[in-house]
Amino acid sequence: MGWGLVAPALLWTVAFFVLPFAAMVALSFAHMEGREVVRGFDPGNYIRIFTDWTMVKALLNSVEITLVVTVISVLLAYPLAAIIAFRVPARWQRLALLLAVLPFWTSYVVRSYSWLLVLGQNGVVNKALMGLGVIAEPLEIASTRSATVIGFVHFFVMLLTLTIYANLIQLSPNYARAAADLGAGRWQVFRHVILPLTLPGVVTGAFLTFVLCIGDYITPQILGGNTELTLPQLIMLQLGRSGNFPLASALSVVLMAVVTLAYFASSRWLRLDRV
Amino acid sequence: MRVLSWVYLALAYAFVFLPVAVLVVFSFQDGRLPVPPFQGVSLDWYAKILGDDDLMAALLNSALVAVVSSLAALILGFLAAHALARVRLPGSVLMRGVLIAPMTVSYLIIALGLLTLFNQTGMRLSLWTAGIGHVVINLPLCFAITYAAMGDHQKNAERAARDLGAPEWKVLLLVSAPMLAAPLAAAFFLSVTFSWDEFIIAFLLTRFDVTLPVEIWSMLKSGLSPATNAVGSLVFLVSVTLVVLLEVFVFRRAK
Amino acid sequence: MTAGVSIHNVTQRYGTALALDGVSLEIAAGEFVVLLGPSGCGKTTLLNIIGGFAEPTSGTVLIGGRDMAGVAPKDRPTTTVFQDYALFPHMTLAENVGFGLRMRGVVKPARDAKAEEMLSLVGLSGRGTRRPHELSGGQRQRVALARALAVEPDVLLLDEPLGALDLKLRRAMQDELKAIQRRVGTTFVHVTHDQEEAMAIADRIVVMNGGRIEDQGPPRQVYLRPKTLFSAGFMGEVNRITVTGGQSPLGPLAVADGVLCLRPEAISDRGPLRLGPCRLVETTFFGTHLRATVEPAAAPGFHLTVHLPQGAAPAIGTVLDLGAEDHVVLQEA
Repeated sequence: MGWGLVAPALLWTVAFFVLPFAAMVALSFAHMEGREVVRGFDPGNYIRIFTDWTMVKALLNSVEITLVVTVISVLLAYPLAAIIAFRVPARWQRLALLLAVLPFWTSYVVRSYSWLLVLGQNGVVNKALMGLGVIAEPLEIASTRSATVIGFVHFFVMLLTLTIYANLIQLSPNYARAAADLGAGRWQVFRHVILPLTLPGVVTGAFLTFVLCIGDYITPQILGGNTELTLPQLIMLQLGRSGNFPLASALSVVLMAVVTLAYFASSRWLRLDRV
Repeated sequence: MRVLSWVYLALAYAFVFLPVAVLVVFSFQDGRLPVPPFQGVSLDWYAKILGDDDLMAALLNSALVAVVSSLAALILGFLAAHALARVRLPGSVLMRGVLIAPMTVSYLIIALGLLTLFNQTGMRLSLWTAGIGHVVINLPLCFAITYAAMGDHQKNAERAARDLGAPEWKVLLLVSAPMLAAPLAAAFFLSVTFSWDEFIIAFLLTRFDVTLPVEIWSMLKSGLSPATNAVGSLVFLVSVTLVVLLEVFVFRRAK
Repeated sequence: MTAGVSIHNVTQRYGTALALDGVSLEIAAGEFVVLLGPSGCGKTTLLNIIGGFAEPTSGTVLIGGRDMAGVAPKDRPTTTVFQDYALFPHMTLAENVGFGLRMRGVVKPARDAKAEEMLSLVGLSGRGTRRPHELSGGQRQRVALARALAVEPDVLLLDEPLGALDLKLRRAMQDELKAIQRRVGTTFVHVTHDQEEAMAIADRIVVMNGGRIEDQGPPRQVYLRPKTLFSAGFMGEVNRITVTGGQSPLGPLAVADGVLCLRPEAISDRGPLRLGPCRLVETTFFGTHLRATVEPAAAPGFHLTVHLPQGAAPAIGTVLDLGAEDHVVLQEA
């Protein structure tokens, strides 16, 4: 009876997740001759990824942007979640949280697009700063790495605020009271009790941020432009322009490997079953 | 400290709402560009997009894919969670791992894998193939949410139902599912919003009929336009309505 | 090491609700005081006010003669044992117990030495490297006690510390708690709703109800000579007989007007206050005694509860001539 109920989900996951993944890995060892895919066991794609400077650069860009985004997002979201959990009166908390993450529910594509309106040459920020006389010439923010980072941080601050809030609110208030009772000041209560107890939740949120951020194509494509490519942009280029599926597959495997590294780096604190 | 908190909260809200506010305000722009200066209020762009057949078709496609794929993910996830929470099967830890695994993989990789598979098996790309991809990403979510919600309380009630002579499908339908109504609804609505808004899988796995995010993407290629703002504002309105309904009717009642 | 607590006319309001209504209480240094009452009687609120977790709406609290108004919990000479223990799950037992000393800047070797000393005081010697989740409920309770005592507070506050333990363990911990209090000499203020627990450990029981102090005194006095009907009823089972002008439902009784309160164990065939012949209606064997329900011949339908010796085995319907050895007369509030 038990098997019968698990089987459909398991078969689905194997057929449409495990199997395709295996097919992709196999394809990553093929190579192109003209427009034809030639199968075999050829590590050429991987060699190319780690020797071709555009590809190495894309990998570095992706990792760098993702790390910066993850760190900034956690640093911004934690205080926000803490203020909502500890400062906002209990009856307003859900509303405050709902408001803080409301733009989470706009279309993902449109959200990046609207940052373009804010940060662009004729955008709100430049017009406002020029109107105030702070700057004479419009700032070049759109189509740079900064714009990508801002767009990402906007999204992930909301995601992390949700997960960190959920963690903070679960803590018995007696932990903080006990620590204060034993002589801990505000900072010490946070440093010795609240932070270590919420660390698994924070790390789990940070890991999800890492996974979603490093694999995203939309935000760097809309906000970052084509000057500094990220790994997903490079993968999409291989698919579109040259139809080089084997190379795209190999790049995806590398992307997957980076995520796996991140997983092992954080696995000590990860609680994926409690997301 | 106290004042600083409120200042921080205000700044955070400003940051979070800035792009949305700009988006909505300039969807009413009486001019050709959705950037300052604001030239007056006009509903022309809304009229234009509501009269755009491609866009409306994409909207319907998105809704269809979202509802059907979420339903499939919910049923598969719920049945698996029910089985794994109740009986100890050999390798149940491994099975849980396999079911959760797609959560830790980028959508791009899932999409590319499926594209490879469909190319090799000669399966034609359509809304169905995109739907298959959406079930893959939402199944772990539905599984995890329902699995987490199944406690001893649940198991005891199911045991009582079986003890009273209910066959297994009746236990599922009359006891387990109603008891889990709130988490099931939450899983379903979350899946719908994720699928409805998903871009990369839909982009790579559809061909002629496309979903809304893909259609919006092609609108973006023709440059900035208040029409895009209008579409974005409408999507926002729909999603927020869903979230508020969920909050009021599911989470509020669950407490 | 130990200090008295002086509570003067403390009132606590939450909106329109009155949690404490002009409570005054003097606690001597080194005393073991138990605040006893049903939930919502204000006992926990009073404890929170002493600990500094709540500021009273009005009134003053002095600890060791020092006014505590505006003094934060961390700066008070008090520590608290919480109902859920609030042991830090990410720290070892030694780190938990040494936490207060760490906050006071004590170096690690000294902290560890003190932690071990405190752990051995509560019978957990040598287990400093364990973590809270490895312990049973009773052991966690002891660690919480050790942690609160490690900073050598003048006053220890205990918020239903035994509430989460099963009955047998709770009775064992009571004795231990009292022994530890004697050893360290610290003033203990202990909150509970279990009157047996209160009697087992307290030097003085303070019975609270509706935000006021109903009664206080040593256990024997509060049990045998309660000052109010509430106190009499909360401390144990009691038979109430209304007496007006020397007349009662049982006939004339030579006591003052009011409500005559008789504990079931005070009624037997002896006793100077005669209750007259009573017919046995029902008996239940309780191990230490036989709990019997009797109906006085003079008052059909009126039932008294009586504890008979465990050896007695009278048949239902037997008529006993009963009297009370001890009684109090109280007035309706």
